[in-house]
Amino acid sequence: MVNTEVLEKKDTRSGFGAGLLELGRTNPEVVALCADLTGSLKMDAFEKEFPERFFQAGIAEANMIGMAAGLATGGKIPFTGTFANFSTGRVYDQIRQSVAYSEKNVKICASHAGLTLGEDGATHQILEDLGLMKMLPNMVVINPCDYNQTKAATIAIADHHGPCYLRFGRPKWPVFTDPNQKFEIGKAWTIQEGTDVTIFATGHLVWKAMEAANELEQKGISVELINIHTIKPLDDAAILKSVAKTKCVVTAEEHQMNGGLGDSVCQLLARNNPTPVEMVAVNDQFGESGKPEQLLDKYGLGTVNIVEAVQKVIARKNG
Amino acid sequence: MKTVAELNDIVRQVRRDIVRMVHALQSGHPGGSLGCTEYFTVLYHNIMKYSAVPFNMEGKNEDVFILSNGHISPVFYSTLAHAGYFDKSELATFRKLDSRLQGHPATEEGLPGIRIASGSLGQGLSVAVGLAQSKKLNKDSQNIYVLMGDGELQEGQNWEAIMYAGHNKVDNLIATVDFNLAQIDGSTTDIMGFHELNSKFEAFGWDVMEMDGNDVESVNNGLLEAKNRSGSGKPVVIIMKTEMGNGVDFMMGSHKWHGIPPNDEQLESALSQNSSSIGDY
Repeated sequence: MVNTEVLEKKDTRSGFGAGLLELGRTNPEVVALCADLTGSLKMDAFEKEFPERFFQAGIAEANMIGMAAGLATGGKIPFTGTFANFSTGRVYDQIRQSVAYSEKNVKICASHAGLTLGEDGATHQILEDLGLMKMLPNMVVINPCDYNQTKAATIAIADHHGPCYLRFGRPKWPVFTDPNQKFEIGKAWTIQEGTDVTIFATGHLVWKAMEAANELEQKGISVELINIHTIKPLDDAAILKSVAKTKCVVTAEEHQMNGGLGDSVCQLLARNNPTPVEMVAVNDQFGESGKPEQLLDKYGLGTVNIVEAVQKVIARKNG
Repeated sequence: MKTVAELNDIVRQVRRDIVRMVHALQSGHPGGSLGCTEYFTVLYHNIMKYSAVPFNMEGKNEDVFILSNGHISPVFYSTLAHAGYFDKSELATFRKLDSRLQGHPATEEGLPGIRIASGSLGQGLSVAVGLAQSKKLNKDSQNIYVLMGDGELQEGQNWEAIMYAGHNKVDNLIATVDFNLAQIDGSTTDIMGFHELNSKFEAFGWDVMEMDGNDVESVNNGLLEAKNRSGSGKPVVIIMKTEMGNGVDFMMGSHKWHGIPPNDEQLESALSQNSSSIGDY
């Protein structure tokens, strides 16, 4: 059983803010840019302590991305911060040409991703960002699962030379990873070993997958649960190794089925080891206003949906 | 400092390179390249302080140039070659498979002198603003130069950058607008006019100058004046009046030579109007 008794809930965006502040103190080349969402991105502590290294771009994301590319050209390590929608879809061509193709050391940090943004609704609930970013050559794509992992990932990407997309969210969410973890880009984290099925989960849905694994264990199903925090580069070896053992897969993510983690896992398996897969993801729909938990349930991303997907995929395997 | 005569020799050579490169592949953008030949030549030979070899991407303690309207890559590549960034023989690879001289400038192939990809319009000014800010953080007193097309100003991102640079007094930035009043579909005046462009920049807090971009003496004086005005609390912009296709009579006075190559006969005519000075590639 994984421990799902939670002592504390914190938002992943605050993990980003804490990581950024620590980077400010340890790496003088780190600079930050924000498009009028300093409080929402939890960048205010960095701004206060390092005002000369903080650039307020105003509500002008395209210019912010271009400036970040320029700052990176000049040897700085820029971290841009705005909502995930405005960090990707709004500025896709700027990222493509000035950052990814130009191989600039820019860290695109994106909050309020997915349905768990909640009441603001579908204009802001981007569910396509992982796909948009993973399609770009040179881009590293990371979607951490809790406050501690987000903080560790923020610190880790400063040491990776090249463009990175770091996705996190708004709601207070259970904190269950090690506060002193060392984050390794592209290295999957096995939360629990098992034999009947592998769940590959990313972001907020890792917690849901942990709840599902416990429910399934009570039903006599042994779940191997692996956190894929890095969507790209994907940890091919860890995925193939686990699937060789369990022979069926469920993926879980707060993203469109098209272009997300499940899509990456399926590509890998189709080329190497065709395996039954069920995908817990949003199926070609926009979101809507509501409370995070209500939305996860309505769009099929709840604990119950992961449990059902596991039962279905095991039946397929045995059928 | 090079004399006006010496600069004009280089200008003629760069024009020859441009038409020969575009003719060889029957692909590329001669019009805007020719219109900006005097600007590139003066900038790289008389104005900017830089080290071509070894090329330093960060450009610390150097003046740095960013090309936003990347389609005029022929004039950029020829200028970089004559400035010593790479051997001019490489100009023969322009737009060919496995070349470092991509159709539009790119960093991926590692061509010295290129610091950012450009081609999708409207992005270079933002990059230049970021570079200018990095120089301020580094206490580096050199300037950032950026060239934009006038048609390119129709891209909204430019106005985000113009607003930012004015508000934040990015005064180590010298932007130039290639004001040739032409774009692919016709005259900029017909397509999307710039009514009072100078006033627009002034309203955003920029120091605005004008210069004739097709006369090396005027360009030299203008860029020296812009350099003098830098560091005074405002970004500087030069509205540079040019003629697309300048120096090749049949290409002048029409937007039609934006992106089409000359045929054999036209090439001969263009070359006969610009005698070789420092040698063809």
